Amino acid sequence: MIAHVHDNINYLKTKKGLMSWLVTVDHKRIGMMYLASILLFFITGGTFAFLFRLELWSPLKDFLTPDQYNQFFTLHGVIMVFLVVVPGIPAALGNFFVPIQIGAKDLAFPKLNLTSLYLYWIGAGIALWSIVAGHADQGWTMYAPYSLSQNPAVLWMMVAAFILGFSSILTGLNFIVTMHTMRAPGMTWYRMPLFLWAMYATGIMQIFATPVLAITLLLLLMENFFGIGIFDPALGGDPLLMQHFFWFYSHPAVYIIVVPGFGITSEIIAAFAKKDIFGYRFVAYSSVAIAIIGFVVWGHHMFVAGQSELADTIFSFLTFFTAIPSAIKVFNWTATLYKGSIDLKTPMLYALQFLWNFTIGGLTGIILAILSVDIHLHDTYFIVSHFHYVAMGSTMIAFIGGIHYWWPKMTGKMYNETVGKLASITVFIGFNVTFFVQLIMGSLGSPRRYYHYWDQFQIYHQISTVGVVILAVGLFTALINLIVSLWKGATAPANPWGAKTLEWQTDSPPPLYNFTETPIVTHGPYAFETEKA
Amino acid sequence: MDNAKTFWLPEKASTFTSIVDPAFDLYLWISVFFFGLIVILITVFTFKYLRRRPDQLATAQITHNLTLELSWTIIPLIIVMALFFVGMKGFLHMRVAPSGYMQVNVKGQKWSWSFEYPAGAVNDTLVVPVNTPVKLAMTSRDVIHSFFIPAFRAKADVLPNRWNAIWFQATRTGVFPVECTQYCGTNHSYMWTAVKVVEPDVYQEWLANASDPGKGKTPEQFGALLYQKRGCNACHSIDGSKGVGPSWKGLYGRQETTNMGMVMVDEAYLKESMMVPTAKVVTGFQPVMPVFQGVLSDREIAALMAYIKSLK
Ligand code: HEM
Ligand SMILES: [Cu+2]
Repeated sequence: MIAHVHDNINYLKTKKGLMSWLVTVDHKRIGMMYLASILLFFITGGTFAFLFRLELWSPLKDFLTPDQYNQFFTLHGVIMVFLVVVPGIPAALGNFFVPIQIGAKDLAFPKLNLTSLYLYWIGAGIALWSIVAGHADQGWTMYAPYSLSQNPAVLWMMVAAFILGFSSILTGLNFIVTMHTMRAPGMTWYRMPLFLWAMYATGIMQIFATPVLAITLLLLLMENFFGIGIFDPALGGDPLLMQHFFWFYSHPAVYIIVVPGFGITSEIIAAFAKKDIFGYRFVAYSSVAIAIIGFVVWGHHMFVAGQSELADTIFSFLTFFTAIPSAIKVFNWTATLYKGSIDLKTPMLYALQFLWNFTIGGLTGIILAILSVDIHLHDTYFIVSHFHYVAMGSTMIAFIGGIHYWWPKMTGKMYNETVGKLASITVFIGFNVTFFVQLIMGSLGSPRRYYHYWDQFQIYHQISTVGVVILAVGLFTALINLIVSLWKGATAPANPWGAKTLEWQTDSPPPLYNFTETPIVTHGPYAFETEKA
Repeated sequence: MDNAKTFWLPEKASTFTSIVDPAFDLYLWISVFFFGLIVILITVFTFKYLRRRPDQLATAQITHNLTLELSWTIIPLIIVMALFFVGMKGFLHMRVAPSGYMQVNVKGQKWSWSFEYPAGAVNDTLVVPVNTPVKLAMTSRDVIHSFFIPAFRAKADVLPNRWNAIWFQATRTGVFPVECTQYCGTNHSYMWTAVKVVEPDVYQEWLANASDPGKGKTPEQFGALLYQKRGCNACHSIDGSKGVGPSWKGLYGRQETTNMGMVMVDEAYLKESMMVPTAKVVTGFQPVMPVFQGVLSDREIAALMAYIKSLK
């Protein structure tokens, strides 16, 4: 073996200083910067939610005015959707692990990758500035014509969404090209870890959905500067058109949000059950299937908005098909546990609570596709709960699980296992206390985005607020545990979990070019041995 | 039939509850079954196959089983297709009003509702006869609102420049809340009213009175009524407290600072403020008041002015 002295230094130590990070083209450092930014926004968005949930303790004013409350839920929604869960897993963990899992040195276009990070920062800056400076309160859904009265805030928000979208197109494109051209010798498509299939499916959705944002922005600009009536009824425009555009992007976006979580869950379950994922191909294809079906169901957000009965019926029909790939995955993950060797370490606790939450998230999605029932449930707390079960309970939980799973690899440190487990259990309890009651309150007829509510709903609101406090304690414990490990943690071995995918074959943290020698792949991603009978 | 609220659903008061509630309950049990199945399997597998020594491996590597995988593709497919049909059938019934309905026009505006009856009555609550199909033709004066009667399981968005319709048939008398469920600004959560379901003869009597609301009233009394019925009270107080708009107490004859300079509040200014609210906006307030041009009759305008003048 030839010694490459410099290549062996881990990526954190190759160069020092802030500048070395800001101009780096190393996918790992870019991933880490994304991770830090996204977590920061997660805390920011969470703080707003925490505050307005406290406000909801009583039906009257506690400490926020209605306008402040409305601006807070807008800030919360916009930050969480556009700055946290949509870019989230691909930008942070995908950036770090896509090249390593296929045995490559970097992504196909490293400079483009850095560009996408800067676009993300710029987009985030504009989004926050537009809401704060413009006192915007229209919610993340930006329905016209109400949102148009918030101009120029809504225009700037579209500009921000577009820049952020562009950033994610670049990431998606980069991943797809990398997976097509840079796989290590022997890394066939069906030897790719399921996380990569998920990243691939997400990449496709990012590339196809985001341009619609650009079109919407262009139309909004035309309306604003030339007075052409497009969305604004006062100018003869059609406000429903805005909803179509919005959901044509945002429905695929909900799958951009959740599919990466599927990927992480597959990795964690395989590693901690020491099992090959049951029905690998079904799981891989179902990510791709979701990516495709996700494009033709946007109208299910508009069943009561005033589109034709025919359109409602077709959208309902198509929506039910999204349930099938989701169901397949849940069954496959469950079956993977059978005859495994299951170790309930922190990441596995997150993967199991993902299964719990995603099952609820998926099942509550199906009921919303039942037309007659959705008329009653639409725009109530039931919807709020449904999408939090998916976006927070599934995606963010998978994300946090993934951070724990890959933490030793990314930082070279082990966090405290006991604290990690306790935090995970606290998060599980807090999350479910917060959101399960919202299903009940919603189906009883409590509308969403209500500052003031009827006394009969107070008990549900209070339970939910207690849940948020528990959730916050859990999340902070997890965060502090991770941060403390940077100083106090034991040095991580190359493969602390005994996992099989390629990232565990290199050092923790990996050297600058990931591997000292190009790996040669001879088997599938989860080729675990079996106990001798 | 038991009309009370259940654990999951609000009280029942329309024929739609016999469409929506059984579908909801059916689905609830399907979900409980699948959720229970998954949770039980995960729990059993986790504890049965828990790793007991650090180097313990799996006892088998089962990579796939086509029969199993096809069955958990096809069985859910059959179930969701059945759900689709159940939902569609109910939905089409809920969207198409049967013949012989009575119609009421609904107008939404920030942040109140008004109901207009064919005979000319205008009211801020919806009054309807029991056991009669009622169709609501709805439109908005400003932004999108949504009209939701939980006890009836009826809802539709209310859009500017467009008429959306819902229909329902109430099954018992009583007062049932109506909520706005599409976010519409500052006081979205205060934009609620009620449906009063009454016996047909009570309804007829009410309608006759409501169709000529000014009858037997002085202009001030009529103005006070309109203040309520037309939703002015959503934004203007009469006790001097600041709302979304300026209070009416002591308004007449006052000097107001507006974006067009100082104004003396007289009849001309009051009328202009109702017809073209954005012409002069009092400093410290947003230009959010809806336009009442073509909405209020001359008699009503006069009554409102008389009422405002009376608020010293
Ligand atoms: C089994 C799969 C799913 C089905 C059948 C489903 C179905 C639905 C339906 C029919 C609605 C519209 C309800 C209404 O507005 O009245 C809805 C809303 C929503 N869903 Fe799902 N869904 C599924 C999974 C997901 C996933 C994976 C996510 C995202 C991570 C998600 C996020 C959302 C969001 C964000 C909304 C609405 C948000 C809003 O109105 O602000 N759903 N879902
Ligand atoms: Cu959707």
